[in-house]
Amino acid sequence: MGQEKLLFIIFAVIAIASALNILLQRNPLYSALSLIGTLVALSALYVTVRAEFIAAVQIVVYAGAIMVLFVFVIMLLNAPGNQLQLERQKGLRYLAIPFAGLMIAEMFYVVLSIRLSTLPPVPAANAEQAVGTTWSIGTSLFTDYLLPFEVTSVLILMAVVGAMVLARREGE
Amino acid sequence: MTNLLLEWIIKTLVILLILVTAVAYVTLMERKVMAWIQMRVGPNRVGLGKFKLWGLMQPLADGLKMIFKEDIIPLQANQWLYVLAPAISLVPALMTFIVIPYGSEITLFGRTIELHVTRLNVGLLYVLALTSVGVYGIVLAGWSSNNKYSLMGGLRSSAQMISYELALGLSIVSVVLYSGSLDLVEIVDAQRGFHGLAWNIFHYPLLILVFVIFYIASLAETNRTPFDLPEADSELVAGYHTEYSSMKFVMFQMAEYLNLITASSIATTLFFGGWNGPSVGRLPFLGPVYFTIKVLALIFLAMWIRYTVPRFRYDQLMRFGWKFLLPASIVNIIISSTVILFTR
Repeated sequence: MGQEKLLFIIFAVIAIASALNILLQRNPLYSALSLIGTLVALSALYVTVRAEFIAAVQIVVYAGAIMVLFVFVIMLLNAPGNQLQLERQKGLRYLAIPFAGLMIAEMFYVVLSIRLSTLPPVPAANAEQAVGTTWSIGTSLFTDYLLPFEVTSVLILMAVVGAMVLARREGE
Repeated sequence: MTNLLLEWIIKTLVILLILVTAVAYVTLMERKVMAWIQMRVGPNRVGLGKFKLWGLMQPLADGLKMIFKEDIIPLQANQWLYVLAPAISLVPALMTFIVIPYGSEITLFGRTIELHVTRLNVGLLYVLALTSVGVYGIVLAGWSSNNKYSLMGGLRSSAQMISYELALGLSIVSVVLYSGSLDLVEIVDAQRGFHGLAWNIFHYPLLILVFVIFYIASLAETNRTPFDLPEADSELVAGYHTEYSSMKFVMFQMAEYLNLITASSIATTLFFGGWNGPSVGRLPFLGPVYFTIKVLALIFLAMWIRYTVPRFRYDQLMRFGWKFLLPASIVNIIISSTVILFTR
């Protein structure tokens, strides 16, 4: 148990530090890279709670595909630090304080309501049916959560069709 | 616990050493095969003193030469990312190999040792995840060098890898459907039997098509000709590693050859029965031998393709990936699922 706790602390610190770094950096590329650091550290945290499937998918989908697109776009535009725009939005800075307070209150509410519980121990015989494995996620996706799953896929299909319509030039 | 930890450390170190040596000799193999295909002799001088040894010491000489080269960091480069990029591309390439089984199990010093470093129940996804992280090394190298050719190489690479990763992942789905597992050890175990020849590709002939898709996509993922647009010499000098020299350059080369070895190993594991072969049940030590032979054969195939097929144009590459490979692999999934539905 001690080792798991140590791993948790190490990766939690990495996750929070790179999450802060996303906000503190002015260069968009550094922010994107910090976000990748956060995603990788989160995936390591998923492994410590035995959710290997989520951990792997987190890297494949977010760090491997979506963030590559982010970095691609940032590199392509080669955007300089937009100092001017920051100055123009000075009024928003005061609006941020109540929102931050609301956010923190919400976080406290959620954190305080968490019951201290651990995962039930998994017998070695049916280890593949444990929570967080491919088997259990697949089973619950296609039984209990079939409707949300299908609705999400329709939503993604709509986004794809929308992108096609927007990107198509007239007369083609 | 301590024993297990020790076993892991020893296995990891052995794999690391074998991989690094293998990379060195795959470069020699590449030069020899290239020379053979182009009707030349290839490197044949570097040996031990008087003995030429068919140039077998060439990788050692190359390595020494590269270490003593001057390490240049361009003034206008982004220092941090410039140094970090080779490491980002090398480390994931080294990490993939721990889930690949290279034998059943052997008894050594009275201990039964399983011939794979570790097994994950999402082994295949782990490999895919690491290959998709590896692209950052190339992208960041291209960007941080502050060189137009490097940037073009990095951009092409990221576009190419995103496009071909889809076809790669979807082609693997068919194999997973037949094997019923994402664990590479289990996938190989399912191919045991019939005198060690119950390989997936013999068992399910439809997989030949899947293998072709997988192999093409993995060639594109490892940036090899005919998909080596990120470092197309005739247009981009050397692409993303134009500015790199000395050991940083070597790290990119190592990552590239490691990816080739890993891709061939995954292909062996998924389609050609991994370490399975005739009489491997009685003589377990034959497992790694069969595995190595199969991987070398696939590497040879990649080299053969490299020196006989011309490079794609960029738009052809994209059209081929999105309009042929991707639909083909989706059709394959549908066919495979239907076959499984009606035969089981």
